[in-house]
Amino acid sequence: MSDPKADLSRPGPGPPAERQGDGARSPTLMATDGISKYYPVQRKIFSPSDRFIRAVDGVSLRVRRGETTGLVGESGCGKSTLGRLILRLVEPTFGRVLYDGRDITRLSQRELRPLRRRMQIIFQDPYSSLNPRMTVREIVGEAISIHHLAGSRAEETARIAQLLERVGLRLDAMDRYPHEFSGGQRQRIGIARALAVEPEFIVCDEPTSSLDVSIQAQIVNLLVELQETMGIAYLFVSHDLTIVEHVSHRVAVMYLGKIVEQASAGALYEQPRHPYTRALLAAAPVPDPERKRVRLLLAGDAPSPMDPPPGCAFHPRCGRAIPGTCDTEVPRLEETAPGSGHVVACWNPQKD
Amino acid sequence: MDDAPLLRVRGLVASFRTDAGILRAVDGVSFDVPRGATVALVGESGCGKSVTALSILRLVNSPGRIESGTVELEGRDLLKVPERAMRDVRGKDISMIFQEPMTSLNPVYSVGWQIVEAVRLHQKRSRREARARAVELLRLVGIAEPETNVDAYPHQLSGGQRQRVMIAMALACEPKLLLADEPTTALDVTIQAQILELLRELQHRLSMSILLITHDLGIVAENARHVVVMYAGRVVESAPVGDLFSKPMHPYTLGLLRSIPRAGAHSGRRLHAIEGLVPDLRKLGPGCRFADRCPMRVERCTREEPDLAPAGAPRGARASRCWRADEVSP
Repeated sequence: MSDPKADLSRPGPGPPAERQGDGARSPTLMATDGISKYYPVQRKIFSPSDRFIRAVDGVSLRVRRGETTGLVGESGCGKSTLGRLILRLVEPTFGRVLYDGRDITRLSQRELRPLRRRMQIIFQDPYSSLNPRMTVREIVGEAISIHHLAGSRAEETARIAQLLERVGLRLDAMDRYPHEFSGGQRQRIGIARALAVEPEFIVCDEPTSSLDVSIQAQIVNLLVELQETMGIAYLFVSHDLTIVEHVSHRVAVMYLGKIVEQASAGALYEQPRHPYTRALLAAAPVPDPERKRVRLLLAGDAPSPMDPPPGCAFHPRCGRAIPGTCDTEVPRLEETAPGSGHVVACWNPQKD
Repeated sequence: MDDAPLLRVRGLVASFRTDAGILRAVDGVSFDVPRGATVALVGESGCGKSVTALSILRLVNSPGRIESGTVELEGRDLLKVPERAMRDVRGKDISMIFQEPMTSLNPVYSVGWQIVEAVRLHQKRSRREARARAVELLRLVGIAEPETNVDAYPHQLSGGQRQRVMIAMALACEPKLLLADEPTTALDVTIQAQILELLRELQHRLSMSILLITHDLGIVAENARHVVVMYAGRVVESAPVGDLFSKPMHPYTLGLLRSIPRAGAHSGRRLHAIEGLVPDLRKLGPGCRFADRCPMRVERCTREEPDLAPAGAPRGARASRCWRADEVSP
């Protein structure tokens, strides 16, 4: 049923990148244009696959220089895959990634290498993303030597020391191993490693999800401070809406491989239009015992991306679904008002 | 109805033997769980909240052991009963659910088989009756088509459904107390909301007490009546939920509350962080365990550790382990 070729002729569901902006802001650093990743489903061994999991399905997203775009969604929605597609750690099935105006989708790994210096990633789990057999010096110094960023050993050491200080680690950390550090300190090592090549763009994939709340605040503050002083742009991927709101200039909400709503952080949280965005916001527990709980429980689980429902993928769980429309036709991302920069893919979006 | 609490924990100490010496993960912990109410045990990783729960069930295994204290369930000290009698307490009087339902369910048996086992361990029922009870329990916890899903294996269910199965197993014998250790931490936020709603509803229906162990103060605010805050093996504050959030009386509680990002509150992009790290429990000084990180520290704090003492007015409802409890202000 899912013939991926049929999708080639279909224009991307997102509006042109030009219309997504909020007027005169910093220039676009990274933009995806209908980026998609389909994984074949092997039902029988050795037989060609005729079905696909649409992990990411026609996503157009942009990140501006020095700004943060937040990407929110629940497990399996494709948000981490999207982050990896942008860095070409995963190869796209369709669509393009434009980095600083240049299409990097078809570049060879060799051609990509100078660009790798400019884009980095920070992972969720600081326990599994640091090599336990390498010292902090080796972990942080590896990229410096690969990219020949230091002229001598002494210069490299000075550079590593500077990076450790930058992320709030003591210099005696240099010759220790990852297991000697707490989760928050390991995440600082991961950040120092990413900063080693002086990137202008970092994909932060759930960077605080495995940390305690007081440590989460330390890491978030560090990321914000690095952005302010070094002008780094982030794609901040997380399942936690409150943290995303806190760090982001713009926020995109993903459901089952597609972006369903995107707006400035303020607009998204103050005037969410998509029923899924509203359900996500309502489900987040609020640390205020006086507040009356707003009952907006979503029934059931998210459907399998292997067998997505027809029409709007959210309609089986949606309280606002219109029979005959939502269950047959896929809604496209459209602006809520011309020039608002607030886009939503819904046949029956919430009004004020 | 008598007013005595269902569970009364006093001076609980649990320690672990490590290469670098004895580590007291739980160090003199005391609190009550009233009948039919939810008490939250809050703190960050390593504060001893999970070991406290395991100690209540006497499930702390070597190299850990319970050193001292009492755990009274309806007046009976569980730390003194023979192991054989303790097996009856587990699952029947007190049940526990864990964070990760995939690792707590046996992958090679159907969920129905596992519930039947839990039922038959404590109740004289035939296989057929126990199976009927399993179907009934699955329906109670909101599993769709329980007659079919009773034969499902754990891998065939979603994370939320597995946690529902865990809850069904825990409730098989209608326990008086449910220990819920981070029951929704591994779940998505919309599924978390479903599970918490289910727990509230079941608590109401079965008039069961819940000890809810969590690091999430949002969950605490929406579910608990009373809150016990732990730090580095100690209870540092204990208060009714409304009082704790409106007027915390320990600097650590205040720091925790201020470090949560809040939706809709665009108050600058920096979060309030508690600087520094949790102390190494094997190298504790004589002073307050939070002193190193405390913005309100005075000289006495590094020299002498305060007791968990009644605080606020009226006295009795809450307690704080701080020399300057009355000066803490949000």
